[in-house]
Amino acid sequence: MTEVTLSNVVKKYGKHQAVHGIDLGIHDGEFVVLVGPSGCGKSTTLRMIAGLEDISGGEIAIGGRVVNDLPPRERNISMVFQNYALYPHMTVRENLGFSLKIAKRPEDEIAKSVTEAAGILGLDELMERKPAELSGGQRQRVAMGRAIVRHPDVFLFDEPLSNLDAKLRTQMRVEIKKLHQKVGNTIIYVTHDQVEAMTLADRIVLMRDGHIVQVGTPLELFNTPVDTFVATFIGSPPMNLVDGEVSGGTLWLQGGIELPVPSSARSLVRNGQKVRFGFRADNLMPVGHSVEEEGEIAELDLTVTLTEPLGTETLLFAELGGLEVQAKMFNPRPVAPGEAMKFRLMLDKTHIFDAASAKAIRG
Amino acid sequence: MTRRRVPEWFVLLLPAIIVIAAVVLIPLIFSLYSSFTPYKLTRPSTLWKWVGFFNYEKILTDAKFWAAFGRTVLFLTIVLNLELLLGLGIALMMNKVTWGQRTLRTILMFPMMFSPILVGFQFKFIFNDNIGLVNNVLQSVGFQNASLPWLVDGNLAMFSIMFAEIWMSTSVFAILILAGLFAMPRDPLEAAKVDGCTAWQTFRHITLPFLMPFIFIAMTIRSLDVARAYDIVQIMTGGGPARRTELLWTLMSRTGYVDARMGLANAMGYVSILLSILFTIYFFRKLSAARAELGMAG
Ligand SMILES: Nc1ncnc2c1ncn2[C@@H]1O[C@H](COP(=O)(O)OP(=O)(O)OP(=O)(O)O)[C@@H](O)[C@H]1O
Ligand SMILES: [Mg+2]
Repeated sequence: MTEVTLSNVVKKYGKHQAVHGIDLGIHDGEFVVLVGPSGCGKSTTLRMIAGLEDISGGEIAIGGRVVNDLPPRERNISMVFQNYALYPHMTVRENLGFSLKIAKRPEDEIAKSVTEAAGILGLDELMERKPAELSGGQRQRVAMGRAIVRHPDVFLFDEPLSNLDAKLRTQMRVEIKKLHQKVGNTIIYVTHDQVEAMTLADRIVLMRDGHIVQVGTPLELFNTPVDTFVATFIGSPPMNLVDGEVSGGTLWLQGGIELPVPSSARSLVRNGQKVRFGFRADNLMPVGHSVEEEGEIAELDLTVTLTEPLGTETLLFAELGGLEVQAKMFNPRPVAPGEAMKFRLMLDKTHIFDAASAKAIRG
Repeated sequence: MTRRRVPEWFVLLLPAIIVIAAVVLIPLIFSLYSSFTPYKLTRPSTLWKWVGFFNYEKILTDAKFWAAFGRTVLFLTIVLNLELLLGLGIALMMNKVTWGQRTLRTILMFPMMFSPILVGFQFKFIFNDNIGLVNNVLQSVGFQNASLPWLVDGNLAMFSIMFAEIWMSTSVFAILILAGLFAMPRDPLEAAKVDGCTAWQTFRHITLPFLMPFIFIAMTIRSLDVARAYDIVQIMTGGGPARRTELLWTLMSRTGYVDARMGLANAMGYVSILLSILFTIYFFRKLSAARAELGMAG
């Protein structure tokens, strides 16, 4: 059983505080993704778990054992680095077997583990090559292979796919997910790519400026973001946000657009409260091109400024109160920029955030 | 009127060509030629007498020459290895220092800034058996009758010269290895830590292979340097006592200038260059191998 527990973990670099007292409990076998914008402290957190960075305050426990003062080699973790960090002077086979050799395992056991890992990752053909003779994707697989031969308690990944091209990244993402299903270890995975986070995670930990903003399943973060930061970070395209003010049961959006306050939020908002109104492109669809017909619906007349056809759907950029918002058209037909269209907004899927605190107003 | 014009690049290069010819090419050809004559500085006419390989044959059977040759190889081996070890140690320590590293690096270069002659005099004084620093220190810490003949006893004299040489040039290794450490990627080191390596294992399996090319470059430079060691030896012992610190180049200068047998001395020079060439080839092979090992080109 390998839970990883962070209690009030702090990291300071001199005066600069990179991580501000993080609390996080990761279950055995869970795939947790740390995500957030650049510089938010994801790598630092991961490296503290790995033991590559001292912990300035708080406690980290792996499998119930406090590891604050243990060197990496006594933590039984594996790490996959962003730049792969392969040993340049060793062949793929030696790279894979290195940790076992250091652990003084018998030769035949090493050979067996290495062959097994190579099989899982499709490296059999490359075993005698040096890292310099491999492509990016192949190096990536070697780095992963090196991590799995040891059967560690916890896998740590630091942006392992960020150096790959888009296609390879998608492919490796699937492989990582399969790998997790096969070996079932606890995985902590760092990325700044919300798509990776959404697709891989059992649970996402969204960080900003050294704080955890929200922890939850991908759908929880997608459907119930706690604030505007989460709302715009998770999901693609990012959630549309429009400033507005509540007046009675009416929401006055910037540009003088009038909408009814969604019924779920009606009792939670104050008269005169300044808010930010959020909705996803998926919930703003031209009439006749929507997927949902049920629920609370408001109609809006908007002018399309730009289209991005994606095949099964077209992304529409439309003007709303002087602001550009994004909408989705399903079963698309060609649309010319400048065309005025009637849109349906799924009101019960929208979000209201307090303008001052940026926090979600939700029952 | 067609007058062939000398190409511009040639005109531009001409001063350089003339200088190189004057200071390198002509002496080179002259010395090679004179190694086939019984040329004596005291009797210039001997320069015109061709004796073929006589000088070389003489060298091959000359015990004094081979003693100096062997001593030079021994000197090279010991000095290079000790400089490597010390330089590696210094570089590793410097790499850990976070405060005042620049100053330390500059201080490290000090010995290299002295002329070898000065270093020779300095150590001649330090190791002097009467007034020398070492003996004085030994005596003042209680070895009352310690008056070791540092520069007079054959083995001790060799030791003293090596000490001076190492003092002067260990920083070449230290600086080059430090450059290697600076260039070293951090990721594989961290990967090794996670893979379970102790500090020593990380050094042994990751750092050292990475430093090998730098070490071999330093080895090549230093082997050429040490193989023609002359000034320090000349100053400290003059090749004595009784030729027990005689190295190739002190022997050559003695043969050429004291015995005035310049032809023979030049022949010795050419034989000893072979030694340097062999060392260079050896270290370059190692260098290429180490680079290939790291997946670098050639
Ligand atoms: N060695 C260091 N010394 C000083 N400050 C550091 C050091 N490493 C990181 N920081 C700072 O700590 C903060 C968090 O850095 P960290 O590397 O964890 O960011 P990250 O979330 O991984 O970002 P990215 O997505 O760009 O990798 C940053 O503000 C960074 O400048
Ligand atoms: Mg990072």
